[in-house]
Amino acid sequence: MSENENDRKPVAGPTPPLSKAKKQTNRRRFLRTTLLTGGVLGAALSGFLPIIYSQKKRLRPPGALDEKDFLGSCIKCGQCVQVCPVQAIKLADLIDGMGVGTPYIDPRSQACDFSCDAVQCILACPTGSLVYHKPDFLPVRAGAALQAKPTLLAKENDAEPTLNMNERIGVARLSRPEACLAIQGKGFKGQARGAEFKGKLRYMDVDRWKPIKVSEHPYDIPECDLCVRACPIKGAISIETVFAPDGSQRKSPVVHEPCVGCGVCEMICPVEPTAITIEAGEVWKI
Amino acid sequence: MSDVLKRRFTEQIKIMFGWEPKKPEKITERAQQVHVLKRMTNKQDLIAVKAHLRAHEVKSTKWRNRRWITLIIANLLFTFSFLLDIQILEGALTASRFVGFHLIDLNSALQVMLAHKHIINNLVIGTGTVLLLWVLLGGRTFCSWVCPYHLLAEWAEKIHLFLAKKKLVTDQTMDRRLRTVFWIIFALLALATGYTVFEAISPTGILSRALIYGPGLALLWVLALLFFEVFFSRRAWCRYACPIGLTYGVVGIISPVRIKYKLEGCFHEGDCRKVCLVPHVLDTVIKGRAVDTEVPIGPDCTRCGLCVDACPTGSLSFEVKGLQKLL
Repeated sequence: MSENENDRKPVAGPTPPLSKAKKQTNRRRFLRTTLLTGGVLGAALSGFLPIIYSQKKRLRPPGALDEKDFLGSCIKCGQCVQVCPVQAIKLADLIDGMGVGTPYIDPRSQACDFSCDAVQCILACPTGSLVYHKPDFLPVRAGAALQAKPTLLAKENDAEPTLNMNERIGVARLSRPEACLAIQGKGFKGQARGAEFKGKLRYMDVDRWKPIKVSEHPYDIPECDLCVRACPIKGAISIETVFAPDGSQRKSPVVHEPCVGCGVCEMICPVEPTAITIEAGEVWKI
Repeated sequence: MSDVLKRRFTEQIKIMFGWEPKKPEKITERAQQVHVLKRMTNKQDLIAVKAHLRAHEVKSTKWRNRRWITLIIANLLFTFSFLLDIQILEGALTASRFVGFHLIDLNSALQVMLAHKHIINNLVIGTGTVLLLWVLLGGRTFCSWVCPYHLLAEWAEKIHLFLAKKKLVTDQTMDRRLRTVFWIIFALLALATGYTVFEAISPTGILSRALIYGPGLALLWVLALLFFEVFFSRRAWCRYACPIGLTYGVVGIISPVRIKYKLEGCFHEGDCRKVCLVPHVLDTVIKGRAVDTEVPIGPDCTRCGLCVDACPTGSLSFEVKGLQKLL
């Protein structure tokens, strides 16, 4: 019952030498402790190493710091996930190799279309991983800074038409020009990404405050310019006449400097796989 | 505070960092008298009283129930705030907003501050609010009353104890100083790599996010930890590893909410130590060890109340220091 029946003296005497059995127990305990240390640190580093060696860049939410600073400052709370009106932001899992619980955007399945008008995710971030203004000690990479605050087409006629963003999160690039319908001179009719596609987009002519599914907004256009129609940023992309190597004239989407890398063009592109992609973390090169 | 209790106070902090409790060097007159009186009690009488008490014992789960309800409600509040968009408690346990007020977990905040080396206002506000909250509520109270891993570990512990009773497993104890070592290692790793290394494996963060944003493969790590605790080492993560526990433990040093031990009625049967996650804090209940007739339990205590429920003599109770004086 009582644990120390023999402890008659409340005051400590000199410690008796340890018995052999006790020494052995202690040694085993020390070994186990060392093993647990190794196990936990191994697990911690296995979660960390893929990030160091990861080659593929991920698209982070708007206002994200450069990747290394982002990983150091993100507290993995998901408040940015919660405020996004189109659920563009997801949290990375163990095997994604970009930091368990950190937010990212997969633009092909759901791009950021700035339906919130005010970059809510930046507002929600409690640690400054997503910021309107970078702190002074963090450098801005050449070409990452936007020349001017991006004008949001949806707010073009408002008193404050711009988004409070100073840096781009990526740049759109026509990665498969051979597949582009505009280049082929083709039109497009139907649901841009098929009936099953769950992605949402804000259509100003439908409802400014309520983004709807892309599948609920079919198109019928003689010459495909979906990427240009869907782009939420003023002057970021347009269809231009270009000359092919053989001298013939063609239409082609051309990305311009105001592109912030939101990914709407990648989401809306009706060919499979997409002809236009976002290069995450890429800067504007002249 | 008497000299004896002051000495005990610093001793308990050392114990939290992993030192083993020692027999006290000094005991107050009054406590010494009680110890002597207890030794003089006729053994037959004592056994009779104990048997009588055992026969009339009511197994209480009052504090456990209250705690489990609190823990589940706190975590579901996160889940439903997002799921039903009621926006009461937005975010996860690492950082959130309670009706707009920033709340930031102390250990996560520390990791971010060390890794990022830049502290913005919201981070300071959130950390300050949470610090104040847990100073008032008892530091490691966070562990047993809020942390979702604690609840799972409690259930795993039940399985472990069941298997141990059947002699299928034995509890492999470890050196408790390991937790302090981990705390230092993870702080240094954050500082050196610029990445919040601990956050990647924190079962508290993983579980909290899984409850809010849906399950992921990271739960496999949590399962591995629970497996380890069931088959190898009882409550290993909370006892020997988790730096969050130590961070909140330090906060609890100055907290007024604690468990109080009254020497007089105690039969030193040790039921409390059997249910306790951190039995080293209950060293004082061993016969002859209490340094005073009333002894506050140290900061590593999670204020879970299991000992209060388990004690057949009512010698352990919750206490809010200074509340009696105020009322």
